[in-house]
Formats: sequence, structure tokens, C-alpha cells
Amino acid sequence: MRTQPYSRVLFIVALAAASAFCAVPAAAQTPAAARAGRTADGKPNLNGIWQVMNTANWDLQSHSAQAGQMIPLGATGAVPAGLGVVEGEEIPYLPAAAAQKKQNYANRLKLDPEVKCYLPGVPRATYMPFPFQIVQTAKYILITYEYANAVRTIYMEDPGPAPVDSWMGQSVGHWEGNTLVVDAKGFNDQSWFDRAGNFHTDALHVIERYTPRGSDVLMYEATIEDPGVFSRPWKISMPIYRRLEKNVQLLEFKCQEFVEELLYGQYRKQPAKP
Amino acid sequence: MNHRLLVSIIGLSGLIAPSAYPQAAKTNSTYTPPRTPDGQPDLQGIWNSATITTLERPAELAGKAFFTPQEAVAYEKKFAVDANRDVRGSNGATDVAGAYNQGWFDRGTKVVPSLRTSLVTNPPDGKIPYSAEGQKRLADAAEHTRAHYTDGPEELTLADRCILWRTAGPPMLPGPYNSNYQIFQTPGYVVIAVEMIHDVRFIPLDGRPHLPPNMKQWLGDSRGHWEGNTLVVDTTNFTEKPRFLGTTGKLHLTERFTRTSADAITYEFTVDDPAMFSKPWSASFPLNRSQGPIYEYACHEGNYAVPGILGGARKAERETSR
Repeated sequence: MRTQPYSRVLFIVALAAASAFCAVPAAAQTPAAARAGRTADGKPNLNGIWQVMNTANWDLQSHSAQAGQMIPLGATGAVPAGLGVVEGEEIPYLPAAAAQKKQNYANRLKLDPEVKCYLPGVPRATYMPFPFQIVQTAKYILITYEYANAVRTIYMEDPGPAPVDSWMGQSVGHWEGNTLVVDAKGFNDQSWFDRAGNFHTDALHVIERYTPRGSDVLMYEATIEDPGVFSRPWKISMPIYRRLEKNVQLLEFKCQEFVEELLYGQYRKQPAKP
Repeated sequence: MNHRLLVSIIGLSGLIAPSAYPQAAKTNSTYTPPRTPDGQPDLQGIWNSATITTLERPAELAGKAFFTPQEAVAYEKKFAVDANRDVRGSNGATDVAGAYNQGWFDRGTKVVPSLRTSLVTNPPDGKIPYSAEGQKRLADAAEHTRAHYTDGPEELTLADRCILWRTAGPPMLPGPYNSNYQIFQTPGYVVIAVEMIHDVRFIPLDGRPHLPPNMKQWLGDSRGHWEGNTLVVDTTNFTEKPRFLGTTGKLHLTERFTRTSADAITYEFTVDDPAMFSKPWSASFPLNRSQGPIYEYACHEGNYAVPGILGGARKAERETSR
């Protein structure tokens, strides 16, 4: 058993209390309904293709619409308005980190890892404006994100500490009633939370909760801890919707190819024609 | 490179050592695979495709379709010697450098259990049946590459560009290292997660049609169905850009996955591309169970190859023009 930070223990206690109210006894459901919403091992069935419908990837906090940074893109490059997904609206940055966030925002075109097609990290992968697919088995839950072919495996049996820091981290899951709780750490310090420069270090610890509401909506929460950056844990929440098109499938967005001119154009023998 | 990463790489090279499979093991046709909860034959697990058998039969083995068990042992021994696996450096520095370089590679140590001298099973000569047009395409592409390799990023290999690992598939092939795949199954899907460049193939089993023909993907578009205990996967909609032996957007790939023991899947594929080959051809090799785990291969994020190769070429040009 790994030692848990105090806040994590508190969180679990709160969860246990909450799930006591939410859990529906299996016997109360009709067998057909139980089959539709459950996997063979009796867990809520999260399999499928999902996507958020919000502007969190532009900015986790409330923001008005604004012009984009690239004049030729016109309205297609503008930022859509959106209400914040941060509980209480405030992201509790420590003073130095708040200054860093401002710097990041000012230089976002140069620094945002999404511009370079880098892996999105967690939780950003969830609310990229692309679908993702959950593949749920008893031992592993694979999540593949259409953006940049990002992928993570949620281990339902704890493999121990992450062997190496990575973009997508190491995720360990367990069920609390109908909620899939994912403990994610082992991140590097390279990914951002959004295009507004919200950031973290390699001490990032994310606790995600996926709770089905009916068969086509997941209520998603992510609690974010990073003691060198934030004065306290903070939380985002949003619904995730099932993509219901009959022919829906994840398609390829291998954006490495799309950023070669941006990243490597300076090394060309002959500069590319504009 | 930070300390933890180094430790992880050292650990990785130990973890992915290929499991040995018995020489000349007979495929057990009576093997009954376990079933997934929804009744599919169970292909799940982490699998490794490493083998030293080459795709095409080597010229020196012309006319010889199979090794004898003794010949296979001799071939494996020669491979180990040729790969410098047993060679120690003449001093500490060369010894360490050689071991470091070899530490990256994991080509396997064994030939395929059928003892066939090529992965190609059809045609029987073990050679890929390039058409005259296909040979010309390859020759033209090679000539272009010789002249323009360092002109810009799109001239480099797909692996250098972190777009597609040559052996990641489809079709899968044995690669130089990290030939690791994890298969997941849920009702209606078989999913193959490839370690290299973290590609994931979703194979729907519900009989839906392929994508519209104007949609092209690096990994194509796969559809699967079960024939008895064999998963048959049909893949079309490949990109027009050469991605596998010069194949074109006309490539039509059929793959067959059959679990033949607790620790092996027999993988077979048939390649049909009238723009490259005079007839369809097939290959087969085993996927062997691996302990894993699958690591994150964040290739593009750490790509020093492209700026290094192109930047080096520009520097060389500046120096020669002085």
C-alpha cells in the first residue's frame, strides 16, 4: 500500500460517503437495463466514443470571445467564449507560478505544446476538441484520444510507482460504486492544461472521476495537486457526451506531419513557398 | 537524460528480452483459445513480434524453403556473431560503446518456429513478387532519396519523422526493437495498441462498411470478423504516400490472427497492391507473449533526428561552399 497524502484520504472518505447515496442496488434494476449499462463483470460500461462540448481547451477559466493571433485565419482562428470549468473559478497559483502563467499566456503561440502537436497530458486530453475512445476490460482500461494518437492505459491493478516520467503519466484506477476513480501521476513538466498557459510541474497529481449519468453522459471531475505551483488542490468538472452517430469511429489526426514546416522549416535546403 | 529515464531504459532492455519459443514447435491445431466475456476467442495480452528470420529469403538460401533444426541453430549462432552480440571491445571505451549500441536492439535470437527461411510464405520462393512497374517505382524512389535525402523533412523516413514506425503495421513486422503490441477486446472491437509511436488500431467487428474512398489514413481503415478461432482483418483506405515497401493507396491488406497456444498467436498477412506487385503475396510469423509493460514512446516530442540531420546537412553545405 502506498502512502496517500492527507488530502487524498479526505477525498476518499468524502467519496465513500457520496457513493453511499448514489449507488443503485443491482437487484433494483431490470436485467435488460443492467446488461445494457454494465460490462460482463458488472461494472458501469464506459466503452464507446466520447467528446466534451465546451471551450476548456482554450481556457479553463471563464473567458470572453476574442480575436485569434493569426490575422490570415480571420474568424476561423478566433477564440470562442466559454464559462469556466474550475470549481470556484480561481486557480490557486502560488505567486511565482502566477507570474509564470502570465508569461506563458503572453508567449502561448511559441510555448503551447499543442501548437507543436505534442502529447496533451492529463487532464487536457479529455477536453481537447476531438473525440476519444474508451476500451474497458477488467484489468485495463485503454483510452485513445484522436488528437495526436495520444493513448493511456489505466491499470486496474496497481503496478507500483511509475517507472519513468511521461507525457500521459501513469494511471491506476478503481471503482467506487458507479464511479471510475483514476489516480494519475508520473508526469513530466512539459504539458499544459489549456491554450491560456495554465501549467504544472512533474509533481502533478491528478485524481479523475468518471461517473455515468444515464448511458450517454459521463460526469467528469479532475482534482489537481501540484504543491510547487498551487497553494491547494483544485478541481475542474464537466460532462462528456457519447458520440451517437451510427458510423462514428476515431479517425487519424497524426499532426506531426502538419507541424514539420513550423518546427523544421528553418533547416530546409530551399525555403518553402508561402 | 535524467537519472530516472536512464534507469527506465536499462530496465526496459531487460524487460523486453524476447521469450524463447521451442524450435520446430508444431502448431497445435487442436488448441482451444480461452474466450472473452462476450465469447470472442481471447487474443488479449502483450505480444512481441521479434524474430531473426528475414521477410524475404536470403540469396544464399535460394532453393531452400526450410532449415533443418541443426541448420536453424547454426543460423541463429551466426546471427549472434554477425550482430556483434558476443563481441567484446578491445578496451573499456569500445566495450562500453558497443554494449550501449547493442542495448538498443532487440531483434530476437530465434528463427520462426516453422523453420521457414523467410517470413514470406507465398510465393514459395520466399521473394516479394514486385511487378516491373513496382521495381521501377522503388528504383525511382531510391534515386530520388539519394539526391534529396536532406532537402527537407518530408524526404526523411517516416520513422525519422515520428509519423509511422516501419514495422508497426499494418501489416506488422519484426522490428529492430520494441516490437511490442498490446491487444484489447471489448464487445464489437479488437484493439491493437502499438508501442512504437503509440499508434492504436481500432478494428470494429460489426460489419460496417469501410470509410469513403476519398478518406486516406497512414494506418488505413480496418474491419474485422471471426472465422472460427481466427480473427480476419480487412484494411483499405491507405494513404497514397509510400509507407510500406512502396505500396500505394491501392493497397488492400488482409490479416489473420490465430491463437495457437497460451503464449503465441500465429499472424499471417496477404498484401495486394496491383501498382506494386504482379500478384498478391503472403507472410507469416508468431507473436509471442511478452511480460511488458508497454511504455510511452513519445517520439515526436523528443525528435532531435530531423533537426540534427537537416541542420547538419546545411552546416556541411556552408562549410564546403566557403
